[in-house]
Amino acid sequence: MEQALHYLNVGAAMFLLIGMALLLGRLLSGPTLYDRILAVNSFGTKTVLFLCVFSLIIGRQDGIDIAILYALMNFIATIAVLKFFRYSALDVSMNYSSRGDLSKTVVGKAEMSGEDT
Amino acid sequence: MVRSAFILVVVLATYWLMLSGYLYKPVLLIVGTISILVVLGLSWRMKILDAETAPYFHGKAAGYYAWLFVEITKANMSVIKAVLSPDMEISPTTTKVPIKQSTDLGRVTFANSITLTPGTIAVVMGESNILVHALFSEMTDAADFKDMGDRAGWAVSDPMLGRIEKGAS
Amino acid sequence: MDGGVLHMLQFVISALLLAGGVFFVIAGTVGVLRFPDFYTRMHAAGMTDTLGAELVLLGLIVQAGFSQTSLKLALIAFLLFLTSPTAAHAVVGAAHNAGLKPMLGKYRAPALGEAPEVKSEVKPKPKSKSKPKPRTKKKAT
Repeated sequence: MEQALHYLNVGAAMFLLIGMALLLGRLLSGPTLYDRILAVNSFGTKTVLFLCVFSLIIGRQDGIDIAILYALMNFIATIAVLKFFRYSALDVSMNYSSRGDLSKTVVGKAEMSGEDT
Repeated sequence: MVRSAFILVVVLATYWLMLSGYLYKPVLLIVGTISILVVLGLSWRMKILDAETAPYFHGKAAGYYAWLFVEITKANMSVIKAVLSPDMEISPTTTKVPIKQSTDLGRVTFANSITLTPGTIAVVMGESNILVHALFSEMTDAADFKDMGDRAGWAVSDPMLGRIEKGAS
Repeated sequence: MDGGVLHMLQFVISALLLAGGVFFVIAGTVGVLRFPDFYTRMHAAGMTDTLGAELVLLGLIVQAGFSQTSLKLALIAFLLFLTSPTAAHAVVGAAHNAGLKPMLGKYRAPALGEAPEVKSEVKPKPKSKSKPKPRTKKKAT
């Protein structure tokens, strides 16, 4: 039965790898920047899943710790990249006092829509 | 505030024990205690020990998320049908959904639920409504959103606090 | 002998959950490849992130039994459940702020289109991507 579980995990890991490989297509050919960011984010989620399956395959717990870290880093990296492309800087203080603030939105729009001619 | 601090300590202790896995090594327990105290002191100094420290710590949210999981499964079926059919019949729509929650937690719960459900994504959070992008036009039924909003508002109402005071200034 | 039955049950439940999760993950990936514009792709990616990931992790939890490993897997499932809609909302909000218009109205895939139909002929304007460096005039530092 151990053997059967092992084969099951290997099969799942291979399907996850196939999904990641397919996603590379969107990553390379995404028409816009946001398609690529979306592809990277989804790729990271699949990587987390693959790490979990893989650490069960090799029978060590260490991979799951790495997967926890990867899940957190994936989220933070997505937010950081988005913030960088919006403000072209990372040390911008967010204004917490006003929610649904649309004046800031206009700033981002003016900056980003300038580049697509 | 004492309640929030207590819940924070419990959650942090559970987290530490879950990740370290050692109940009997004195060094790890001492280091964990120091970390918990540091986090507690920092969050007290940042003045974030309010009702939002432990948002879902009453049982209602569990029921809400169980309901939401069923909704997610149902919505997944329709999205997956569109993905796998050769001629996908989709009709992307944007709509504005009124939002009635006044607290930050209620607004976040509602918008998060909309985004979690496949087929609908909260695009922009305004002051009184959310811009929602939906994959099918039949998914933008106002009654469904109202139902979800009511349930989200029920899920965040705290019986011990009476109501959750407005968060973060 | 009931130990064997229990293991069999564990294997069957785990296999079902893993198969379902992998199916959702693959279908979400195909959706990301096939859908015609960015906003609709986001829906497919969200499908992967919610049900696919949760089902795969649930299958692994069933395999691991009650141990520290399954607790950590449950923690990962919880973190993904919290962060993935937030990240999706951030990406969509950023695209909306940047002025990316969603494609509206009815859409049918062009005939003879099988799986990798990624040509975006409906796209209003194919942006000339690559290095969307914003102007540095509003340097907020």
